[in-house]
Amino acid sequence: MKLDSKVPEGPLKDKWTNYKNNINLVNPANKRNIDVIVVGTGLAGGSASATLAELGYNVKAFCYQDSPRRAHSIAAQGGINAAKNYQGDGDSTYRLFYDTIKGGDYRSREANVYRLAEVSANIIDQCVAQGVPFARDYGGLLDNRSFGGVLVSRTFYAKGQTGQQLLLGAYSAMNRQIAKGKIEMFNRHEMLDVVVVDGKARGIIARNLVTGEIERHSAHAVVIATGGYGNVFFLSTNAMGSNVTASWKVHKRGALFANPCYTQIHPTCVPVHGTQQSKLTLMSESLRNDGRIWVPRKLEDAKAVREGKLKAKDIKEEDRDYYLERRYPSFGNLVPRDVASRAAKERCDEGYGVVNNDTNEGVFLDFASAIQRYGKQQAHLKGIHNPSADEIESLGKKVVESKYGNLFDMYKQITAENPYETAMKIYPAVHYTMGGVWVDYNLMTTVPGLYAIGEANFSDHGANRLGASALMQGLADGYFVLPYTIGDYLSADIRTGKISTDLPEFAEAEASVKSQIDTLINNKGIHSVDYFHKQLGLIMWNKVGMSRTTEGLKQAIEEIKALREAFWKEVKVPGTADELNQELEKAGRVADFLELGELFARDALEREESCGGHFREEHRTEDGEAKRDDVNFAFVSAWEYTGQPSEAILHKEELIFENVELKTRSYK
Amino acid sequence: MATEKGINITLKVWRQKNGQAKGALETYELKDVSPDNSFLEMMDILNDQIIMKDGSPVAFDHDCREGICGSCSMYINGEPHGPGRLVTTCQLHMREFKDGETIYVEPFRAKAFPIIKDLIVDRSALDRIQHAGGYISVNTSGNTQDANAIPIEKENADKAFDAATCIGCGACVAACKNASASLFMSAKISQYALLPQGQVEAKNRVLAMVKQAEEEGFGPCSNTGACEVECPKGISLENIARMNREYLSASLLTK
Repeated sequence: MKLDSKVPEGPLKDKWTNYKNNINLVNPANKRNIDVIVVGTGLAGGSASATLAELGYNVKAFCYQDSPRRAHSIAAQGGINAAKNYQGDGDSTYRLFYDTIKGGDYRSREANVYRLAEVSANIIDQCVAQGVPFARDYGGLLDNRSFGGVLVSRTFYAKGQTGQQLLLGAYSAMNRQIAKGKIEMFNRHEMLDVVVVDGKARGIIARNLVTGEIERHSAHAVVIATGGYGNVFFLSTNAMGSNVTASWKVHKRGALFANPCYTQIHPTCVPVHGTQQSKLTLMSESLRNDGRIWVPRKLEDAKAVREGKLKAKDIKEEDRDYYLERRYPSFGNLVPRDVASRAAKERCDEGYGVVNNDTNEGVFLDFASAIQRYGKQQAHLKGIHNPSADEIESLGKKVVESKYGNLFDMYKQITAENPYETAMKIYPAVHYTMGGVWVDYNLMTTVPGLYAIGEANFSDHGANRLGASALMQGLADGYFVLPYTIGDYLSADIRTGKISTDLPEFAEAEASVKSQIDTLINNKGIHSVDYFHKQLGLIMWNKVGMSRTTEGLKQAIEEIKALREAFWKEVKVPGTADELNQELEKAGRVADFLELGELFARDALEREESCGGHFREEHRTEDGEAKRDDVNFAFVSAWEYTGQPSEAILHKEELIFENVELKTRSYK
Repeated sequence: MATEKGINITLKVWRQKNGQAKGALETYELKDVSPDNSFLEMMDILNDQIIMKDGSPVAFDHDCREGICGSCSMYINGEPHGPGRLVTTCQLHMREFKDGETIYVEPFRAKAFPIIKDLIVDRSALDRIQHAGGYISVNTSGNTQDANAIPIEKENADKAFDAATCIGCGACVAACKNASASLFMSAKISQYALLPQGQVEAKNRVLAMVKQAEEEGFGPCSNTGACEVECPKGISLENIARMNREYLSASLLTK
């Protein structure tokens, strides 16, 4: 198989315009005869469904939740990037492109990233027109904040609920089309396989999660917008239902899976509290605008904090190690996520962690200096001379509350500690997966007619995603990219007519889905699904997590294989197949994670370099920083399924950089 | 993150096989539950215990477990999302309960929310209200004017945002003696009414959404305010007042 990225010819800045000028279009009357299936209703799937329906296609949209509004994009907090340069601080399409390429550690495709930066400004215009209530300043204009890894303020936000507001915008656009009958919405349905007819994606097999019925749905093209696979780690900031099933099933039907090992471990999450914990909660990166990250300088102080004998406030300034400010003076607390996460792990591994859990994993995120700074500023503004310490503190807390109030409340709910009074404790957690289904410039996978958009594909973030770029990519793909590229493909399908679900390919896919369900339901096992999922999570976190070694990865592959065998022998799924059965849903998802995990470890093993979220202990500089190898590894690893996850065949897409110079990524 | 002593609790959980079956409360005992666990983690422990005894685990809706997706919908000790203000069930922690306490867990109850199984109800009626008018009719072509072309007064932008934070969980309906969806509807109607983009279609929107809610079997609003108290996102009753004003002027002008 020869990988063709189908990047258009011409200068970088003209590629997308030229492409749009030269593609084939489908006339409006013909669009009415063409069906498109979209799986997933987050920012990517929701926006794609709405736009495709507006254009005139018949859209069938699927989500496993009870409403499209509940997709996990809703939980994104901090913001969305766009090269608007409203702040006049030197931002431009090129700079957003450059920051994204550099932030991704030079492992993404130039043309895709440039297009993303190019359409970013449109997203903001579009969302405002839809009534998305972004934060505004007193002049009534849109406000911006800054995020990690960049030197401009280009992030638009709606308090700590930007994802919610953008998703509800896409949901409202969907609702308009649902009302018109142009989108047929299938809530509480889960895609369990894709149907490929004569080499083209022509439909899906889905399970109605209420009745258990297995349904066949046909279309002229299928779009996967089912998000990332962070839940392979069991504990992550993903929703409980987030899964890899759609991506994995299409992989098994011929779509290559790219860079599975690129995982983003987000530095600011609430630390693990115990073995019965079900998920981790993110504290927005925006907190790093004002919070300072530190651990005690003395081992005995760290121990005393863990034992509850010492509080953050009791530790004197000179006994604190603000390790990000120390190691990276130019970016300080706003280094990119991968760098911040590894630095936290390094300190905790050395014994300076401040949280009393199995691994002492936790560092302080402290707002005391911000409270002082804002308090003094407010006192000055209000004309208070010689303000008392209490006055300053109280004024400062008010400012911090107005900026981060909802995040502080959330922290307090979870931990029962008041972050206004004492420093927060945070630790990295699995958050986002940059890897995903391989797509070309058209966002098409290696199966014709099968597309992957949003977090489900691999294309834009390289080895590390910058903050506030996931929302940007989801909406760019759905609103502005896919609607063009899919039209070019569908223009050849105007005479095809309705695709029959009686084709043998549908029967075969349905039989394979039913057979897996039967096996799971009739297995008289001894352990619950979660039992296996938690074990998989531990293997992944310990051996395929923030820091990886040859030996550890080899062990992980063997351990995952063994665990998968045990799963199929010993898993216990109560109930029947023809009813609402949440354990059965989970079992199917964990079965796929158990295969993906193995490929994930293999991918990490093959990549003998450190880049972005992928850190190999064998490949680091003398001062412990990641050491990339551009001579041997400037390529996308795209894996072809052969029957055993880790025996997949590696295809390489060489990454060619014509518009940026490859440099060592330094935030010092 | 203190590791406090675990508590013992008795649970009375509503069990109902499907929409047609008759339901009843069943009793379960749980020992040594960590106060640091969330309510749903406690339910996970219960389900694990049930599965190991070859029983049928309790079905309940949940997803993000961080208070934003609006999936979780339990009626705990007589309140939607349980004790505590401004929290969803998934954000509720076991430290809110005492050792030896009996906890009642039921589904959200309303005519427009038929039970699917155990604690899961069908809230698609809320989606249908949104289909009736919960949008601004603008195509997603990207060919709109610049986002800063129309400045919006910060106060209105902030109020629109506050209304827009509704998570569509349906707690307002479950809390209301009339099972009214007024708080839910008014949040969307207010968000758009407060923004210039939304005013063009304001009249049709309010009429269509209110009509749809009536057809779905949601009751009328009698201004008791239980919805505002139980709303996990603190959506204000002011939104209902604004909706009523919008409705009145729309009805008068379209007659």
